[in-house]
Amino acid sequence: MSFFSEALWVLLLGSLLGLELIGKVPPTLHTPLMSGANAISGITMLAALTLIIKSGDNLPLLIIGSISLGFALFNVIGGFLVTDRMLAMFSRKKTRK
Amino acid sequence: MTFIAPVKFAIDLLAVLLLALGIKGLSKVRSAREANRLAAIAMILAAFGVLLNSQGTIGISINSWVWIISGTLIGGLLGAITAKKVPMTAMPEIVALFNGCGGMSSLLVALGVALFPSSEGSDEVASELVRNFSIVVSLFVGAITFSGSIVAMAKLQGWLSTPSWTQSKARHFFNILCAAIALIGGIYLSIDGQNGLFLIVVASSLLGIGVTLPIGGADMPVVISLLNSYSGVAAAAAGFVVGSQLLIVAGAMVGAAGLILTQVMCDGMNRSLVSVLFGGALGASSVTSGGGGGEYTNITSCSPEECALTLEAAERVVIVPGYGLAVAQAQHTLREVTRVLESADIEVTYAIHPVAGRMPGHMNVLLAEADVPYEQLKEMDVINPEFPATDVVLVLGANDVVNPQAKNDQTSPLYGMPVLDVQEARTVFVVKRGMSAGYSGIKNDLFDLQNTSMVFGDAKKVLGDLLLELKELGVGSKG
Repeated sequence: MSFFSEALWVLLLGSLLGLELIGKVPPTLHTPLMSGANAISGITMLAALTLIIKSGDNLPLLIIGSISLGFALFNVIGGFLVTDRMLAMFSRKKTRK
Repeated sequence: MTFIAPVKFAIDLLAVLLLALGIKGLSKVRSAREANRLAAIAMILAAFGVLLNSQGTIGISINSWVWIISGTLIGGLLGAITAKKVPMTAMPEIVALFNGCGGMSSLLVALGVALFPSSEGSDEVASELVRNFSIVVSLFVGAITFSGSIVAMAKLQGWLSTPSWTQSKARHFFNILCAAIALIGGIYLSIDGQNGLFLIVVASSLLGIGVTLPIGGADMPVVISLLNSYSGVAAAAAGFVVGSQLLIVAGAMVGAAGLILTQVMCDGMNRSLVSVLFGGALGASSVTSGGGGGEYTNITSCSPEECALTLEAAERVVIVPGYGLAVAQAQHTLREVTRVLESADIEVTYAIHPVAGRMPGHMNVLLAEADVPYEQLKEMDVINPEFPATDVVLVLGANDVVNPQAKNDQTSPLYGMPVLDVQEARTVFVVKRGMSAGYSGIKNDLFDLQNTSMVFGDAKKVLGDLLLELKELGVGSKG
């Protein structure tokens, strides 16, 4: 049970950290923050990677893992790029001023 | 190979630190862009850590590499193309789409592990029951996230409307039924690890649809934010399934942060999360009940020319941009008009309602895209006391957020919603395509007021005409 109990601690502390990280968000950043956090939730790509690596020669599992990885990376890369595109518009004003 | 484990551990710690800093930084305007990059770097590090660790311990076969690379390339390329191509106005849909894919990914991982339990040979993972339970959670949340997000996207795109049965009590029955079936499937799967698998997937997908479908477009951003939180939970559950603490920590952070963001959004719209989720679409029942209905009696319409003349004589102008502006993609034309006004020493500010545009903060993004200085955007609480001292208000494709009923009429379904008090200004111009009602389907008392004039037409076209008229009047050209 050692992994499990450790993992529960990690879950608890991670959740508390998440609750504290975002305090006051200016409305300007609601949309970028949502899309940025969304990109991070694609971290599940690590699980997909692990699945592929451990599946050996099991073809169906390799396929499932690969599709899962594709979905996750679609989320991650798309999410970060689109967030950056939005934020770039705000920072452009900053430099000009 | 003993040094691999500590290195992997260090990488994981660094990745978690960067992710936390990233989320924190994203909530401040100044640091947001760097924070986004920081989080992206953390993700690359984390993936590198997993690859390094596996290569060093059990090794990665050529076969695995092929599948890893093909999955990465296809998903990554599609993601990059989508992110580059999508217009800023379609941002809510695209966030929903990305989010749904994240949920799908967690679901597939759990599905793979559940279908081929032997392949999953990590000694770190705890007892059978715990593992099965993690699979159940991952499947359940992943499926809800996926189907809910796709429905949200389709509704925002206008591909799906709100079916009438979803407004009745039947939907609660349907959702409870789905939840119960998913629960039964979950118990089955927890015990024997095989049966009930597809029962959960199907029932939770239906539940995601059943919960999202009745929700109206104006409330959709809140739902997307909530689903975003769910996809974090799904990732954390997937972390339990494959035994990765990094995944658990990151998933938990996103899940909790998403919850806070959802709450912040609800506050901005003066809606409670419960009423968003269980109250159904705003106005769908109220229109039939007659509250706030009635005919317009005193509509004044005018041409862009008259509007230009009034603007020329003004000293303080406030622009109220709304959904219609976003749809007409008129933010750039608007910027040209305000440039002309500014060069004539007319003070121009923008009143940004918390839910202006298509989701909170969306209008800020659109105006930033059109080069409007950040300082000119004023939030509702700041601008409301300034309306009595304002000469002209230009309402562009906004409706419900400028409806005085929300303040005056207790029987109105809008009553209590925070609105912009544009009627306090000396003159109000409302640029609108026609007399159709706003999202809530409620009559807007503002249009009937003495000091309000309607300028009918597509926001982009009206602004174009306005620009020509202003130039003809010589506004701004003499300095």
